[in-house]
Amino acid sequence: MIALLMRDLRLAVRAGGGFGLGLAFFLIVVALVPFSVGPETALLARIAPGVLWLGALLACLLSLDRILALDWEDGSLDLLATAPIPLEGIVSVKALAHWITTALPLVIAAPVLGVLLSLPAQGYLWLIVSLLVGTPALSVIGTFGAALTVGIKRGGLLLSLLVLPLYVPVLIFGAEVARRGAEGQAVQVHLLLLGAITCGAMALLPFASAAVLRVNLR
Amino acid sequence: MASIWEYANPRKFLETSDRVLPWLAALAGVALVVGLVWGFFFTPDDYRQGSTVKIIYLHVPSALIAINGWLMMLVASLIWLIRRHHVSALAARAAAPIGATMTVIALLTGAIWGQPMWGTWWAWDPRLTSFLILFLFYLGYIALWAAVEDDDTAADLTSILCLVGSVFAVLSRYAVNFWNQGLHQGASLSMDKADNVANVFYLPLLVCMAAFVLLFLALVLLRTQTEIRARRMRALLARERMS
Repeated sequence: MIALLMRDLRLAVRAGGGFGLGLAFFLIVVALVPFSVGPETALLARIAPGVLWLGALLACLLSLDRILALDWEDGSLDLLATAPIPLEGIVSVKALAHWITTALPLVIAAPVLGVLLSLPAQGYLWLIVSLLVGTPALSVIGTFGAALTVGIKRGGLLLSLLVLPLYVPVLIFGAEVARRGAEGQAVQVHLLLLGAITCGAMALLPFASAAVLRVNLR
Repeated sequence: MASIWEYANPRKFLETSDRVLPWLAALAGVALVVGLVWGFFFTPDDYRQGSTVKIIYLHVPSALIAINGWLMMLVASLIWLIRRHHVSALAARAAAPIGATMTVIALLTGAIWGQPMWGTWWAWDPRLTSFLILFLFYLGYIALWAAVEDDDTAADLTSILCLVGSVFAVLSRYAVNFWNQGLHQGASLSMDKADNVANVFYLPLLVCMAAFVLLFLALVLLRTQTEIRARRMRALLARERMS
C-alpha cells in the first residue's frame, strides 16, 4: 500500500502539472473575489472564511477526475484490482494521495490567501484547523464520485453534479468553524461535528467506492 | 404460496399492473378533483392568511411525495442490490423524474405562498435549503442513469449513489439546522399535537395527500411498464440485427 501511495505521489508530482494546478486555481478564484464584490476591507474580512472554504472545495473538485481516470485509461486499474490488496484499501490510498497532493497544499496556502482577503488575526488558526479536519472528507467523497464516473466519457461535469451535493454538510460545518473562529466565537460543537463527518466518510465511503469500482471494472 | 417476489417477474408485473393501473389512475383523478375542489372552494379563508392558505393543498402533498419518492427509490435500490430484480431497478429509475418534479412543485408553491406571508420568495431557511439540496440529488441520480450506457451497470451505480445520497441528504437536513434559523413552521399534521391544522382544512388536505400518493403510484407503475417495454423492444431489435 505504501508502494502504491509513493507511486501515486510520484506520478502526481512529475507528470504534467497536476500538482500545482489546484493551487493555482485556488489562487485565481480568491484573487477574482475582490473584483466581483469590491475591494472594501470590512466586507472582504467578513466573507473571507467562506470564500477560502469555497475556493478550496472547488480546487479539490477540479482535480477529482485525475484520481482514477489515468489509471483507468492505461489499464493499471485492472491490475490494481487483481492485486492482493483489497480494492477498499486501494481507493483509500488513492484518496490519501489526492489529499496529500491537492488538499494539503491548499491548507498551507489558505493563510497566505487569507492575508489577501484581510482575514482577522484570530481567524488563521481555526481556518487551518477546519481545513485540516474537513478536507480529508472532501478527498474521500471525491474518490467515490470519481469511481462512479470513471467509465463515462467526458464525465467531468457529471462528476461535479454528483459530488457537489455530497459536499454540502462538510462545507456548512467547515465554513462555520472558520467563520466563528474569525469572529472569536466558540467553535467546539461545529468542529466536533465536522470531525464526525470526516471520520464517518473515511470509515464507510471506501466500501461504497470499491463496490462502484468493481461494477465499473466488470 | 403467493409471495411479493412473484412481481419481480416482468411478465407477472406487467399483467397485474395492467389490471390495477386504470383503477389506480381513476381513483387518483377522482381524489385529486374532490380534494382540490373541496379545498379551493368549500373551505373558509384563514383569519390571518386569507385565501393564500389554500395553496397548502398543493404544497404539502407534493412535499410529501418529494421526500417519500426518494425513500421509495432507496427501498427499490436496496431490493435491486440484494435480490437483483430488474423490475425493482426500473421502478427506482421511473420514480426519479416524478420525485424531482414534485420537489420543484413544492419549491414553487412554497415560493408563491412565501411571497405574501413572509414577504419574500425565497429565504435560506433549513427546510427550503434541504429541499433544494434534495432536488440536486434527484438531478445527479437522473443524470447518472442517463450517462451510463450498459443497463445493469447503470442500475448498480445509481443504486449505490442512492444509498450514499440518502445518508448525505439526511446529514444535510440536520446540518442546515445549525447553519441558519428557520422561517418555515414545524410539522403541523402530527397525530399527537394540540396545535394541528383545524379540521376544516385538515380533511380536504388528507384527501389531497391521498390523491398525490395514488397519483405517484399510478405514474410509477406506468413509467415502470414503459421502461420494461422499451427494454424488451431493444432486446427484440438486437435479436433482429443478429439474425
